[in-house]
Amino acid sequence: MSRMLSAAQSLSLAFGVVLAPLAHADEDLKLVIENHVFVPAEVRVPANKKIRIVIDNRDATPEEFESQGLHAEKVIPANSKGVISVGPLKPGTYSFYGEFNRTTAQGVLIAE
Amino acid sequence: MLGTAIILFREVLEAALIIGIIAAATRNVHKRGYWISGGIALGVTGACIVAAFASGISELAQGMGQEVFNASILGLAVVMLGWHNIWMTRHGRELAVQAGAVGKSVGAGAEPVTVLLTVVGLAVLREGAEAVLFLYGIVAQGNTSASAMLAGAALGIAAGVAVGMALYFGLLRIPLRFFFQATSLLILFVAAGMAGQAARFLIQADLLPSLADPLWDVSAVVPGDSIAGRVLHALVGYEPQPTGMHMLFYAITFVVILIGMRLGAPKR
Repeated sequence: MSRMLSAAQSLSLAFGVVLAPLAHADEDLKLVIENHVFVPAEVRVPANKKIRIVIDNRDATPEEFESQGLHAEKVIPANSKGVISVGPLKPGTYSFYGEFNRTTAQGVLIAE
Repeated sequence: MLGTAIILFREVLEAALIIGIIAAATRNVHKRGYWISGGIALGVTGACIVAAFASGISELAQGMGQEVFNASILGLAVVMLGWHNIWMTRHGRELAVQAGAVGKSVGAGAEPVTVLLTVVGLAVLREGAEAVLFLYGIVAQGNTSASAMLAGAALGIAAGVAVGMALYFGLLRIPLRFFFQATSLLILFVAAGMAGQAARFLIQADLLPSLADPLWDVSAVVPGDSIAGRVLHALVGYEPQPTGMHMLFYAITFVVILIGMRLGAPKR
């Protein structure tokens, strides 16, 4: 029943009705993109917790932060920051990359 | 250059496949070529506008404007596709009969072409905005290889369009008796997949819980970022590591449209 309810809420969301965000995540993780490279390229986070990742793109070009495992897909415009919410994650290694500069912009997130 | 081609190919693939399906599903709509071209033109224009205001959009909704925007576009497309399918179950049979008559267009009672225009426009808008931002990045970098990269981009776009056209001509080979059932089924899967994607954006924005993450993991079988994974993603909403919420959205959309199609079917 509660699943049905939240689905109804989310359907209304999909049509642009913005509800208050859910309870805020416990941890903030900061990633910097500089010269199409993630700094740090390897990060450790606690497992089973919701995490906010702040991605600070310091390049003059946009980047798309993407990760299959983290279900993340977000364009970070040039010289600006983007925030995404991930998790709670099971322990494991999750790779992420910059779609627009995939040869250099690679990183892993380790949940433990 | 090849790297650029692959990125652009990925960005346009989904929209190209959706246009291929829509073009086939509306084979009898009068002058649909104009409407599809119009939808593409509007989508490209919209994509440029969205790309230009990308920073502004991102800052909306406490930094989650991009997610809410994407989810809204997907939600609107789901409604349009669902409505198309329900309409088709009502009028599909007469269309199948008329399709046999060469050059005969659907007259009164034809599906409003605005639905077609909107779905195509939305598909191009969403994927196109990312492509425009990427191309802008190339130009902004201003290095000497920019022209080679732009050539690569053109190659990637052409390859994506070719796949969409291959799907279109493939679908046209389906015998008329099954044609509209086949395209309706495909559209049902596309709509459910889009709903799942909308859920994914709302989870990323922390507006929805993931419920279970992941519900299952078949990324070792068909990786989500492989070409096969992306084609399946566009056609049936394939997601190798779906969250519980993703599948809930997928299933509810699938069932709701299916019920609508049953209710909309003409009484015998």
